[in-house]
Amino acid sequence: MTEVWTNYIWPLIIILAQSVLLLVVLLIITAYILYADRKIWAAVQIRRGPNVVGPWGLLQSFADLLKFVVKEPIIPAGANKGVFLLAPLVTAVLALSAWAVIPVNAEWAIADLNVGVLYIFAISSLMVYGVIMAGWSSNSKYPFLASLRSAAQMVSYEVSIGFVIITVLLCAGSLNLSAIVEAQAGRWGLFNWFWLPLLPMFVVFFVSALAETNRPPFDLVEAESELVAGYAVEYSATPFLLFFLGEYIAILTMCAMATILFLGGWLPPFPVAPFIWIPGVIWFTLKCLFMFFLFAMVKAVVPRYRYDQLMRLGWKVFLPLSLAMVAIVAGVLQYGRLLAK
Amino acid sequence: MIFPALFFYLFAGVCIAAAVMVVASRNPVHSVLFLILAFVNAAALFILLGAEFLAMILIIVYVGAVLVLFLFVVMMLDVDFSELRQGFLQYLPIGALLGGILLIELVLVLIGWTVGPGVRQTIAAPIPSPASVLNTEALGHVLYTRYVYFFQAAGVVLLVAMIGAIVLTLRHKPYVKRQSIAEQIARTKASAIEIVKVRPGQGL
Repeated sequence: MTEVWTNYIWPLIIILAQSVLLLVVLLIITAYILYADRKIWAAVQIRRGPNVVGPWGLLQSFADLLKFVVKEPIIPAGANKGVFLLAPLVTAVLALSAWAVIPVNAEWAIADLNVGVLYIFAISSLMVYGVIMAGWSSNSKYPFLASLRSAAQMVSYEVSIGFVIITVLLCAGSLNLSAIVEAQAGRWGLFNWFWLPLLPMFVVFFVSALAETNRPPFDLVEAESELVAGYAVEYSATPFLLFFLGEYIAILTMCAMATILFLGGWLPPFPVAPFIWIPGVIWFTLKCLFMFFLFAMVKAVVPRYRYDQLMRLGWKVFLPLSLAMVAIVAGVLQYGRLLAK
Repeated sequence: MIFPALFFYLFAGVCIAAAVMVVASRNPVHSVLFLILAFVNAAALFILLGAEFLAMILIIVYVGAVLVLFLFVVMMLDVDFSELRQGFLQYLPIGALLGGILLIELVLVLIGWTVGPGVRQTIAAPIPSPASVLNTEALGHVLYTRYVYFFQAAGVVLLVAMIGAIVLTLRHKPYVKRQSIAEQIARTKASAIEIVKVRPGQGL
């Protein structure tokens, strides 16, 4: 009996506690990046943004949450009820479960999988089902069109994200996220991180991440001038809230991925005295927020792509470029090693 | 311990139930969704075996890409369910006959199945102990050394299939207007506009 306690029940309690802690922190951060997103967008357009609820509008996201929760969820009569309600759940649960493997500090991951990168890639490739299921089960024209678009878009950009991840893996020599971060440590600090040697891949990853999370300028899935509100037209109240939550958590996951793969995760930018005193989790958060700032700025300043241009960019520009980079990086690593001998 | 066994039965049970539902459910979209459930549970079984790389690849390739295309096609089909069920009794004998033949063949194969004498050595040779090497690395070592020609041959087969699919579906429709980005960028003031002096009272 003691064996069951030490081997199964006690670790289960610890994992549950860690998960709840991560979940709470993640949800609070999501509330504030939502606020930040709107504030940055407003600042670019010289508006004030949300400024009524709480001091400087800081409680706006919580007011929105309350509003969504107390409204009536409407299920259309022609909808496929089970799938209709399953779709937002799938989106939110998948988005949150990706965070189980993300190391926010050295040895601070709930599950330090040795195929961590593949796990996140698998989760993000499953995210498309939430959108497709929502579009199909709504039994309505605009959501259906939006889900067709999004399926094509997300599958296309996953290909280039996959190749970007492969180049990083070639440099790091591991599929473990912590090992990838450790591989970027070095004397030169910030210039040791992979963004510098793999700069083109960093750009490809960033743009693909925008497309993968359906952010502007690639938000054709919910292009309001063409598709009303895309796949979420028929959704209201809590199911809509879950879509919204899932979308923003997925954006945070992509920011975290960019931080881990290219910006050295929890490593300080300069490995000298005042910087190494600051705990790694703060560096990680700062880098994630920097990435999110880029996401928000892109949303504010770049006009929406046309759909055929989006497909052209994915298949005719990013795919050959990233394939070529895989070959180049592999060649440099192989023959560089031989030359060094 | 009892827990791995319990999880095995959970995942295996859900997997089989989902597979049954793929065949049994009326709505083809529900079938594909149950197929996704079956694949995810199969991936969980791989993880219980300690083959986490295969589990992730199964999800990425099959669930993340292949089934999306399935769902895509099935969603766009306009299936009339009552019409589908009409011919059920009519086709039942043929279906039962085919199923019976397949069953007899399978049984015959299983009865006559023996392990060749050299197979045990072949299987045992390239596999390192799971404790010393990660299974991603172990798989890589085996694929790129011992089975490199088979691996490359599989790649070539896939390439041929891909080229075949593209060739079969590629059609150049002359009446479709396409955007040529290079042409647009190459336009200059000289090639785009023509300045004509119009004399008063004469026209062009």
